[in-house]
Amino acid sequence: MIDSAKSTPQPDQPVIQVKGLVNRFGAHVVHENLDLTLKRGEILGVVGGSGTGKSVLLRSIVGLKRPNGGAVEVLGNTLNELDDKQRSQIERRFGVLFQRGALFSSLNLQENIALPLIEHARLPREDAEHLARVKLALVGLPPQAALQFPESLSGGMVKRAALARALALDPEILFLDEPTAGLDPIGAAAFDQLLVTLRNALGFSVFLVTHDLDTLYAACDRVAVLSQKRVLVVDTIDKVADTDDEWVQDYFHGPRGRAAQRAHAAFSTNAYTQE
Amino acid sequence: MPSEWIARHDQTVTLKGEWTLANYRHIKTALIHTELINTEPGKPTGATVSLDAITRLDTAGAILIVELIGVEKARAVADWAAELPREQQALLVRIAEAMEAPLDVAPPSYSRISQALASVGQQMVGLWSQQHQLLAFIGLVMATLFHLALRPRHWRLTATVAHIQQSGLNAVPIVALLTFMVGAVVAFLGATVLQDFGATIYTIDLVAFSFLREFGVLLAAILLAGRTASAFTAQIGAMKSNEEIDALQAQGLDPIELLVLPRVMAMLISLPMLAFVGMLSGLAGGAMVTSLSLDISLTQFMATLQKDVSVTHFLVGLSKAPVFAFVIAVIGCLEGFKVSGSAQSVGEHTTSSVVQSIFMVILIDAVAALFFMEMGW
Repeated sequence: MIDSAKSTPQPDQPVIQVKGLVNRFGAHVVHENLDLTLKRGEILGVVGGSGTGKSVLLRSIVGLKRPNGGAVEVLGNTLNELDDKQRSQIERRFGVLFQRGALFSSLNLQENIALPLIEHARLPREDAEHLARVKLALVGLPPQAALQFPESLSGGMVKRAALARALALDPEILFLDEPTAGLDPIGAAAFDQLLVTLRNALGFSVFLVTHDLDTLYAACDRVAVLSQKRVLVVDTIDKVADTDDEWVQDYFHGPRGRAAQRAHAAFSTNAYTQE
Repeated sequence: MPSEWIARHDQTVTLKGEWTLANYRHIKTALIHTELINTEPGKPTGATVSLDAITRLDTAGAILIVELIGVEKARAVADWAAELPREQQALLVRIAEAMEAPLDVAPPSYSRISQALASVGQQMVGLWSQQHQLLAFIGLVMATLFHLALRPRHWRLTATVAHIQQSGLNAVPIVALLTFMVGAVVAFLGATVLQDFGATIYTIDLVAFSFLREFGVLLAAILLAGRTASAFTAQIGAMKSNEEIDALQAQGLDPIELLVLPRVMAMLISLPMLAFVGMLSGLAGGAMVTSLSLDISLTQFMATLQKDVSVTHFLVGLSKAPVFAFVIAVIGCLEGFKVSGSAQSVGEHTTSSVVQSIFMVILIDAVAALFFMEMGW
């Protein structure tokens, strides 16, 4: 099995390398000399206070914002140095879930998801829509939703549909911008579980911007904390939680942080005794 | 037929290679070719399937496998394909769970005749409700206007002035240029026709009458309908889809007062001024043509204008401007409020606001022309 390298994750091989990234808007500096690595097959949670530039970081990695300095290497290529065609080749190996879903409002859900399948994978419309319907079911949407338009959906359904679209091409890297914000706790937990299952099965890497402590505990292999214009610390969640920093301490050991930790501990012991 | 993905020996089917999205079409063709799945889905194969030789599997491949072996068997994959990596087993189970319920929902279909009838009915109802809404909205705007007329504290002067600048002042160059050119064209036409009667001097009257009574205000109104009504619709529509209108209402603020009245007032002030600009530059266009190609001097042009054309014509023309302004502003704002979430809807309503306001302007102008003629004004 020569090709199994792609299906089984090879740990410690970086898919994204951010080196010395600088981002500023006018005089306002968002990132200064920021370094970050996303390893193959891992789920990296990115946290930070409001305005620390989590979404800006995501946008500069996927190439929507040209950084003011530094380099972003994705799958071994620097996006901003490639010509349009090569860039499109790389970009179709991404799946991006935007904060507010960003579904195409003039297409119904199954067309939204079929679009990349038709355009990039060159499937006939019938096959593409069939795959799209399975993906919608996979993220937990009812069959009738396939023909609905985004404007008639609730916020949670939009999030799920957007995830289905991000997964449409079975991407190698999945970028998620606050995927569980606006989901009910049951839906959010199902989302975490779905993410881990799919990651295990498909071996993609996930760059996950979130505020959801439960997601951090349930799904993330490593957590990166953005603070003071750079990555303050990146490690497993337990080690990050022990970092000696005021914001990190408030974040992980505030009332919500403790609740999430307890829930996670209870879940782990439960799973342990069951086995 | 030997295939890259399927090998069949009697009742044993071995799946092999990369079952991924990139190969989806080839695999499906191969499956249909080997008669393992029918073109009509839903009937799993009875053959024994071995998954051990699969090197890569993604969701697209997993979907094909589940279709091939059926949901039940896929869910129990751990029992019969234990050699498959656990991740891939989990994927198959997950996909099987997703495909358990029938996924094909057919949109309701009707015969062509009933579709045609339904669409005619929809159009009629839509047209009726559009007029109904327009009248209701005009009433609402009027009521708010009179209500606030005596309360200067509620006048939104800054917003009004800003809109006057955007829709009035910034439109002066385009209105002036356009009417100038039309004025020249009308003069040319008049000169050509009247030359046969040796009455080229009446070209002046033709230009003056047409611009003072009709063209000055009509052209300005049509331009603003295209330029400003669409802007109003897009502005208010974007606010609507961003829930800004809801936010205003939830805070007890009146969107009519804050958004519509400043726009209506700005139009009521701008359009008469633009109409005046249009009349002047139309006359200037006519004067240029008559002086350059008909040898009528500017002095003669002015003298004839003064002698033949009474101020009534100017007033008749200008009297229509506020009506046009009101209609354009109200239609522009109303269409903005009708926008729903999608980008398509913004486009539809912007188009509709331009078409409607131009239609209404021309309709009112025609009725007014009849009225003024009967009155002998």
